[in-house]
Amino acid sequence: MASVSSPLGTVRKIVVTTLPVQDHVLPPEPPAPRRLARRATGADRVFELGARTVGATVLVVTGGIGAFLAWQSVPTLQRYGWSFFTESAWQPEADVLGIGAVLVGTVSVAGVAMAFAFPLALLTALYISEYAPPSIKPTLVSLVDLMAAIPSIIYGMWGYFLVMPHAAAFSLWLHQHLGWIPIFAVDADPDAAVWDQSRYIGSAFCAGIAVAMMVLPMSCAVMRQVFSQTPPGEKEAALALGATRWGMIRSVVLPFGRGGIIGGTMLGLGRALGETIAVLLIISPDFVIKPRILEVGTSSVSALIAGRFGDASAAQLSALLTAGFVLFLITLVVNTLAAMIVSRSRSGAGTDA
Amino acid sequence: MSTIRETAPTAPLDPPPTGPAPGTRAPSTYLPQRDLDAPPPVPRASLGKPTAEERFAAVGAWVAALALAWVITQRLLPLGGPAWLLVTWFATGLLLSAVTTSMTGRRVDVVDRVVSGVVTSGALVVGAALVSTVVFVVFRGWEPLLHLNFFVDDMAGVGPRDAFDRGGIGHAILGSVIELGIAIAITLPLGIGTAVFMTEVGGRFAVVVRTIVEAMTALPSIVAGLFIYTVLIVALGFPRSGFAAAMALSVMMLPIIARAADVVLRVVPGGLREASLALGASRWRTVWHVVLPTARPGLATALILGVARGVGETSPVLLTSGAASFFVTDPTDGVMNSLPLYIFTGARSPEPQMIERAFAAATVLLVLVLALFVVARLVARPARASRRTSRRTPRRARGVSEES
Repeated sequence: MASVSSPLGTVRKIVVTTLPVQDHVLPPEPPAPRRLARRATGADRVFELGARTVGATVLVVTGGIGAFLAWQSVPTLQRYGWSFFTESAWQPEADVLGIGAVLVGTVSVAGVAMAFAFPLALLTALYISEYAPPSIKPTLVSLVDLMAAIPSIIYGMWGYFLVMPHAAAFSLWLHQHLGWIPIFAVDADPDAAVWDQSRYIGSAFCAGIAVAMMVLPMSCAVMRQVFSQTPPGEKEAALALGATRWGMIRSVVLPFGRGGIIGGTMLGLGRALGETIAVLLIISPDFVIKPRILEVGTSSVSALIAGRFGDASAAQLSALLTAGFVLFLITLVVNTLAAMIVSRSRSGAGTDA
Repeated sequence: MSTIRETAPTAPLDPPPTGPAPGTRAPSTYLPQRDLDAPPPVPRASLGKPTAEERFAAVGAWVAALALAWVITQRLLPLGGPAWLLVTWFATGLLLSAVTTSMTGRRVDVVDRVVSGVVTSGALVVGAALVSTVVFVVFRGWEPLLHLNFFVDDMAGVGPRDAFDRGGIGHAILGSVIELGIAIAITLPLGIGTAVFMTEVGGRFAVVVRTIVEAMTALPSIVAGLFIYTVLIVALGFPRSGFAAAMALSVMMLPIIARAADVVLRVVPGGLREASLALGASRWRTVWHVVLPTARPGLATALILGVARGVGETSPVLLTSGAASFFVTDPTDGVMNSLPLYIFTGARSPEPQMIERAFAAATVLLVLVLALFVVARLVARPARASRRTSRRTPRRARGVSEES
């Protein structure tokens, strides 16, 4: 700096701030953006490849099951055609096979289960999200989750040893008073002096109660979760306008949670359709298309598989796989619909507090 | 309502305070005149707790309903038995609470009270069902549980009518542990790896994988068992063994764990990933040091709940493992028992002793599931800040000293 000669140097010594000379700092050419590498390097490439491999493996394994089931059911469907779905008997020795009866049985067990589980799950979810004191709310949520984790065999034993005698007595009462409705009819004398309990046990009704205990916590958890996402601003607005608690629930919580109610119920239905052990433990197997849910003897697809796999020849095994494939398709459709309804209700809510 | 209707016609009779100026119309708004003597139209809803009177009315209605139900069912009508008492109690309780509410409130209040009675009763029914399940299972299986040999012995050479001081379910517990161990060893890396692939790598292929995995969660467990039975035992000629049962459990648990882990990884904040990448970390390091540690409690919960589902699942095991009555430690060796299978065979047995043993085994299974569940809750609980710093600090100090 001192070497720079100033024209004012002779007048007075003044400290002058000088601008730095720019010539050395400036790059010879205008700046260009740095190159960004999108390509993965080294470990990243290994990571991506590894993750892709794992994903492909799981895809092959899980998709392979579906493909295998579909492939195995081709010969059976070719052999029996549509009668496979309408024939009720399962007599491999007479070459008569069909899942008509077990499909009806599956649907009636699941129907009874949902008739019990839906109202109870809805009421419990409403109680937990709206009525319960805040101090015990987390405990109740954990209890419902714990209920969902209890193995189905335990509910089966509960249903078989504890509930079935009472359910049979209730069946008799239903038969006596509502027997004119076809589904409550039983092939027995309702007013007999000594009632024939063996006509009322082991029915789709008894099995449905045990299955209801299994699907109830699942539906309840979904419903409660959707209810708890209700915008608090809207709830407070309803209360501020003078609504009672039920008025607030009816005008805000239930409309907001409609998707969750439907979706949770259908998720439970999907589980109820595929339930095996509780049904197998309770029912007396019977291969008749029987819409009378109170009467002894029914069957379901899963109980059919569990009962007949052991002594099955190759052709029968293929028929059992076909039955399993049909069951899988039904639960898949139900679950997919449920997932669509639940996700649409959340994203399409269009409300903000 | 009525008071409003009464005051409404009187309002136009009040002259406005200032007379209308000539040529202008009378003002159409009036200051409302408050009648200090009139009762308030409706009792004000209180924001705090219910008053003592309200609580007394609510509780008293149900107590009175119980007495009324007892009189009706036990004295007036031929409806013996506790079931009718409960049903009548419920009906009269709703009726009486409606009556007591209608003495002070409006129609909406009555509906509100009745609905709250229905909702609370529904929740109580579910709670009673849960309690009755647990109590019934423990009560019926209490006697075998008092003998220590029940937990450590096997059933080799024990007849179905032998006393409870012989035989036990040690072999079933061991079998369950071995089968679940193999199943976890298979499903944990595959499930979490798939979830990492679906969330961190992405792309069109990941969408396909996610669709298939979500579809396969609908697979009924019995069909999973039948698949393994057909492929592994019938087609490939493996014997019925613990390994086959573990494979069936894996097939059932894999989509469940993969989907749950996917959900957990998706809620890891994107800002954390971007911060790590912006600091120059590679994607692999971002996943390993940022995403997975952040999601660790959720992943543990997903795994534990998947295990709790697998430990109680009977149908795949029923088809694939066969039932041994003695200790089997080699999963490829041959038939192997497990807890759910032991319970199932015991419950179907005609011998009351075997049924009691089954209930005792069910109690053990119940305690096992409960323990897993509590562990899952503890793991999922957010760690407290003080503990985290005390745990992290020594490691960081060591790392610094190693670097310098």
